[in-house]
Amino acid sequence: MADEVVLLDFWPSPFGMRVRIALAEKGIDYEGREEDLSNKSPLLLKMNPVNKQIPVLIHKGRPISESLIIVQYIDEAWSNNKSPLLPSDPYQRANARFWADYIDKKIYSTGRLVWGTTGEVQEKAKEELRESFRVLEKELAEKTYFGGDMFGLVDVALIPFYSWFYTLETTANFSITEEFPRLVSWAKRCMQRDSVSNSVPDQYKIYDFLLDLKKKMHSIE
Amino acid sequence: MAKNDEVIMLDFWLSPYARRVQIALEEKGIKYEIKEEDLPNNKSTLLLQLNPVYKKVPVLIHNGKPICESLVVLEYIDEVWNHKSPSLLPSDPYHRAQARFWADYVDKKIYDNAMKFFKTEGEEKEDGKKGLIEGLKVMEEQVGGDRTYFGGDNIGLVDVILVPLFSWFYVYKFTNNLNFVSQESFPNLFAWAKKCTERDSVSKCIPKEQKVFEHFQQRNLLNSDQ
Repeated sequence: MADEVVLLDFWPSPFGMRVRIALAEKGIDYEGREEDLSNKSPLLLKMNPVNKQIPVLIHKGRPISESLIIVQYIDEAWSNNKSPLLPSDPYQRANARFWADYIDKKIYSTGRLVWGTTGEVQEKAKEELRESFRVLEKELAEKTYFGGDMFGLVDVALIPFYSWFYTLETTANFSITEEFPRLVSWAKRCMQRDSVSNSVPDQYKIYDFLLDLKKKMHSIE
Repeated sequence: MAKNDEVIMLDFWLSPYARRVQIALEEKGIKYEIKEEDLPNNKSTLLLQLNPVYKKVPVLIHNGKPICESLVVLEYIDEVWNHKSPSLLPSDPYHRAQARFWADYVDKKIYDNAMKFFKTEGEEKEDGKKGLIEGLKVMEEQVGGDRTYFGGDNIGLVDVILVPLFSWFYVYKFTNNLNFVSQESFPNLFAWAKKCTERDSVSKCIPKEQKVFEHFQQRNLLNSDQ
């Protein structure tokens, strides 16, 4: 059964983490293949010719790309499973998709600028990121998860970025824990789920990786 | 759904994102009311209240509840009115994922670059033009031959998402600045757009290219940087 599902992945990728979490939540056996992004495999280039990016899920030989699209595919293709990732009510589903999309638009590119730059550019990005965290905390409110009682799409979309928190705090000199305690509580709650803790690498390991990446980025300029 | 369904759309005539939603409502034969916003400087209290995160159109208000972001709205419409054809998304999970992939690609590669091209200057405008041409070349390969629509035999999500931007592209007839988007360079896309605009739903919703051109002219959005 495991050879039916293959995931082309890269261990520090937050987008790869989302798919790992979704597969684990559903208890789906799969073969994970680590890509070397400086030397992309022929399989990756064949399966995602348009964007040439991971993650790519290959199910029965057919590829699905883009992490949130993959997560929804997993939810739909294994729908007789007891762990739905989206609610059944259309309005609540629309709400989940809206917030997953918000996270996609706001967290990755801004976060990259926070850990990847300095000076004015970093300060501006830090303010933008703070604003996004404020908005997300407001949306979370007193709920257990973004979807309410159910761990779902929005939680899956956001939790991988928890692995960036130490890096963000250290490079930009602020405390996410102090400023956004509810968000951090939510993150720790998610990390208690096996699916998440097995899919999201340790913050310090990610710190080393991102700092290394930052050095490489700056040496290119 | 209930006979007393109330469907309102907060709109702005020029917004291609809002046109997507209107086309979907028309295609499905859903009764709706349009509330035109006076953008960009005079947003209504209702808009600011119902879309506090982005403060943008379109917003669909269904029985008083707001739904924002055009792709989210389209999936919502498809799910709520799933008994009305056409289905915007196929029923099979794999083909749904493909449709979502292309919808996302159109948004990121085509729309974002088109907006850059129309709304910025200099290097950023050139970047937008380059990205737009690349994206259109990819989409050119996805339609034509035995594929009447991106959705196959019938109109679907990707068609509804892409076609509104063509009313912006059609202004190439009035200016040299857009001559890189033409029937000669993208025959499949132009044939597809023509087929779409022959549908009542689409022709009713797409603004006339003359009106779009005049708006761009007024706002100096078609100046080249020569």
